[in-house]
Amino acid sequence: MIDRDIKSDFPTLNQKINGNELVYLDNAATTQKPYAVIEAIDTYYKKTNSNIHRGVHTLSQRATEKYENTRTKVAAFLNSDDEKEIIFVRGATEAINLVANSYVRPLLNPDDEIIISQMEHHANIVPWQIICGEKKAKLKILPMNQDGELLIDNLESMINEKTKFISMNHVSNSLGTVNPIEKIVEIAHKNKIRILVDGAQAVQHIPVNVNEIDADFYCFSGHKLYAPTGIGVLYGKKEILDEMSPYQGGGDMIKSVTFEKTVYNDVPQKFEAGTPNISGAIALGTAIDYILDIGMENIAKHEDELLRYATEEISKIEGIKVIGNAKHKASVLSFVMENVHPHDIGTIMDTQGVAIRAGNHCTQPVMDFYSIPATARASFAIYNDKNDVDKLVSSVKKTMEVFG
Amino acid sequence: MNDWDELYLEVILDHNKNPRNKDELDNFTHEAKGHNPLCGDHISIQLIMDGEEISDVKFTGSGCAISTASASILTEAIKGKNKSEIEQLFGNFHDLVTGSGNKEDLGKLAIFEGVNKYPARVKCATLSWHALMAAIEGKKEASTE
Repeated sequence: MIDRDIKSDFPTLNQKINGNELVYLDNAATTQKPYAVIEAIDTYYKKTNSNIHRGVHTLSQRATEKYENTRTKVAAFLNSDDEKEIIFVRGATEAINLVANSYVRPLLNPDDEIIISQMEHHANIVPWQIICGEKKAKLKILPMNQDGELLIDNLESMINEKTKFISMNHVSNSLGTVNPIEKIVEIAHKNKIRILVDGAQAVQHIPVNVNEIDADFYCFSGHKLYAPTGIGVLYGKKEILDEMSPYQGGGDMIKSVTFEKTVYNDVPQKFEAGTPNISGAIALGTAIDYILDIGMENIAKHEDELLRYATEEISKIEGIKVIGNAKHKASVLSFVMENVHPHDIGTIMDTQGVAIRAGNHCTQPVMDFYSIPATARASFAIYNDKNDVDKLVSSVKKTMEVFG
Repeated sequence: MNDWDELYLEVILDHNKNPRNKDELDNFTHEAKGHNPLCGDHISIQLIMDGEEISDVKFTGSGCAISTASASILTEAIKGKNKSEIEQLFGNFHDLVTGSGNKEDLGKLAIFEGVNKYPARVKCATLSWHALMAAIEGKKEASTE
């Protein structure tokens, strides 16, 4: 159980919005940052700022040590055996683009196929569309049911000798569904197909063990895990990363350069061209320390209780329909209100200090599946409590009164 | 007094609930669609233009209360007006909802003044206007992006 006041660790939460205490429920978009993370950035720029991997001077060595130390922390956080399997990127979007370009694109021939699912974020659709368009390959979509659960029994029959890659989210950002990712990976591997798992909505809510999942690639964004924007992680199995070509060329990703020939650096540096987001990486390490101190099991339990309570209370309101009723969900409560557009819900709730997201959540195909333009989405994080849920529910009721 | 009262005036709520001229025209001369990709709102405007003058107008589509009410009130405001009058009206309306204009000469459209405090909702209020201008200019589609 979480038995201390988490909210007071987050300065942004301590303010009034439109005269009301802020209730921040847009955590699937981005989480707020604890003092520890903000101070890590501050300290880095005040005391350590220097470029990494190249200076013989003390500051550069300190910066390098802290940056690489985060790599070790991320490897432990994901349960990877080898920190060389951890590549720093800007976020999950860049991680997917990296894999699409450096791993999948060279494999693709005309009429080949890539499989994704019906409930992907645009970031796990568009990179595949781009390379499929270029190589005249096809994108196939694993369907879902009305509850927002993938029909994984269909996956086996969708796979054929043309299937070159599979990419799927671990947790859906618009529905909250926790997908049976181990099972999906097992089916992929049984058919000798490699798979990327988009964990952007997973790592902050449930314990993730890449060894148990056995995905070939796994990625997440730091800013949804209480770390700054502009830093994220791609995990890849070492033997696969070794065989891949670089994604971008530049400094730090090389061993030697002449005009005739360049020898690339080893992984992970091979994929980290240019000066990276050093302060962001260091602060990501601090964010991981912060949540591990609370404990992933505790976080999962706390957020699960909140989500259940919120779902129960919201469902009691006549005229509200929850979108996404999977048996196994994390953090996300999407809903629509009879005769009221989600944007109007969002605006009225904002005037009461309740921050939710209204829109298609970068998942237009999910909206099309349910034949709705958008949903209102509340998403929970470690600092939310039952009081926040009560305010959510009362402001939903108020919205209904306005449009009643 | 609630915080949102300046935005969701009774008249706006009424036009949202009971939109006027929400229908299709059989013999329209001009038609354009407006789409706001951010929120998925779709508004289609059909016109009958008699020379430079608009003799009839109807709209279809779905959207939030602000975009629906704006389309509904637009149909009432522009009937009988000519192209240059409408251009002038849209200019004034746009200034009003973005906070740089005043409500003189806007008649009923002045009720959208509250939108200027909600920058995220300006596109909702102007979606039908963009579709209208596209239709007048003979284009098929308008986007607020």
